Amino acid sequence: MNDFLGIDWFFLATSLAKTLGIIFLVVLPMVSYTVYAERRISALIQDRLGPNRTGIPFTNIHMEGLGQPIADAVKFLLKEDLTPAHVNTFYFWLAPCLAMAPSLLTLSVIPFGSWLFGVPMVIANVNIGILFVFAIASLSVYGIVLAGWSSNSKYSFLGGVRSTSQMISYELSLGLSVIPLFLLLGKLNLVDIVDYQARNGWLLLPLWGEGLTLRRWLLLIPLLISFVVFTISIFAETNRLPFDLPEAETELVAGYHTEYSSMKFALFFLGEYAAMITGSSLIVTLFLGGWHLPIPWWSSGAGFHFALVDGAAPGIPGILGGLFNIATFFGKVAVLLAFFIWVRWTLPRFRYDQLMRLGWIFFFEIALVNIFLTAGILFYLP
Amino acid sequence: MSSLLPWLFSAIMLGFACAVVLNRNPVASALSLVVSFLALAGLYVSLNAFFIGVIQVLVYAGAIMVLFLFIIMLLDLKAEERRTLNTTATLGGLLVAAIFVCELFSVLRHFHKGSLPFPPLAAGPLDDVRGVGTMLFSNYNLPFQVIGALILVATVGVVVLSKRELK
Repeated sequence: MNDFLGIDWFFLATSLAKTLGIIFLVVLPMVSYTVYAERRISALIQDRLGPNRTGIPFTNIHMEGLGQPIADAVKFLLKEDLTPAHVNTFYFWLAPCLAMAPSLLTLSVIPFGSWLFGVPMVIANVNIGILFVFAIASLSVYGIVLAGWSSNSKYSFLGGVRSTSQMISYELSLGLSVIPLFLLLGKLNLVDIVDYQARNGWLLLPLWGEGLTLRRWLLLIPLLISFVVFTISIFAETNRLPFDLPEAETELVAGYHTEYSSMKFALFFLGEYAAMITGSSLIVTLFLGGWHLPIPWWSSGAGFHFALVDGAAPGIPGILGGLFNIATFFGKVAVLLAFFIWVRWTLPRFRYDQLMRLGWIFFFEIALVNIFLTAGILFYLP
Repeated sequence: MSSLLPWLFSAIMLGFACAVVLNRNPVASALSLVVSFLALAGLYVSLNAFFIGVIQVLVYAGAIMVLFLFIIMLLDLKAEERRTLNTTATLGGLLVAAIFVCELFSVLRHFHKGSLPFPPLAAGPLDDVRGVGTMLFSNYNLPFQVIGALILVATVGVVVLSKRELK
């Protein structure tokens, strides 16, 4: 568009706006309020009240504790930032940064909406979408490994070692479980995957478009297996209960971040929740239709059908549609986050050998067999 | 702008590759190698080879180097840091490297096929995943299958060796 010095400035400006908007206006507030939701929902499950007091300062307005995340952030920033004498300082400082960055990087290829003001609502529309996600996610181990090693403490080190082997093991089933999707779609591009689902029904809910063939219903079996394996692997990758062995309080104090305090600790904490958001966004994008929400509609011409909210339409309807699609995407992510929290406060923790056995002997094989099952269905029902 | 990026990534890659050799601390060396791999991936991406770049990160930086780091951390690093530089060995290493560079230079000077410019690529985004896949499963299908069988045999071998107690 406006080529100057060989750079597309319009593209650069919109990309920058999308990046800043998505990180500072959506993801970081979402992270803090996920922590709040975690505390309130855990309280609900355990029949307590949870943080319900912090509201507007110097007034009596509580707002059900909605001010709590802000108070938490202030507290984290003002606490003494202690660096113990026995640590390896450079890596001790490097580790929290590496823990937070990968989850935010991964969001760059996830389509979080359709179109808004004629700009596609994805930061980087690349052909290798899902591979990029896996590549960056595989780098997130470094933060934890370095934290465990540089802390120079047994608890931290054991936590780091556990986390590394757990993440490496579950990356296998994570990667293998999505192959059936790509056998079906023949694409790695996340934008194309969501477009396909908008036209032909969500992969887990083929109810509209051309979704009503026998082939799609048969394919629902392997896709459902993929979904379950993928979701459970995401739980393991984000170190969430029932797979939170790296930071099992009863054995390891706090695992790899035992020696951390103040904002450095908060970065690990935020990194974990950002990883949850990234994981949920991935599940939504791959299996649950991304930004697409079918609206049941009746018109005299077409009869009863599902309408597509079009963000690319001209004028005001397009802008409203685009905003609606973005809201839909983050709404779905919020529902999945609630599911993550619900699971955490319901299931007990696995033992470490059980966790590794589950990963290597159960999910790995299931994901492999699933690939052959999908290939078979696609071969006999072309 | 885009022609600057390959040079930038090459500089980062070479700088951290030197750091791998020069660092006395094995963990620092391993991490420098990771950064070097990441810069190599960046180099691929800046040349529009997205697939190769991402595989570089996924396989080398994300899987192999994590295992390396994992093993290095279980070692006693103090012993390695105490070791001092041996002057004779350093000079010998530099000599071998210099001879190798000279040989490489003299061979490449007479290899004129290497100086041909690459034919221009088609405009628009490159579907390199499909390209690599088609190439691999049509032209190079047999070698690909053979390598697959080889890796399977190696994996089974490792499992057998690690399970049986040596007598």
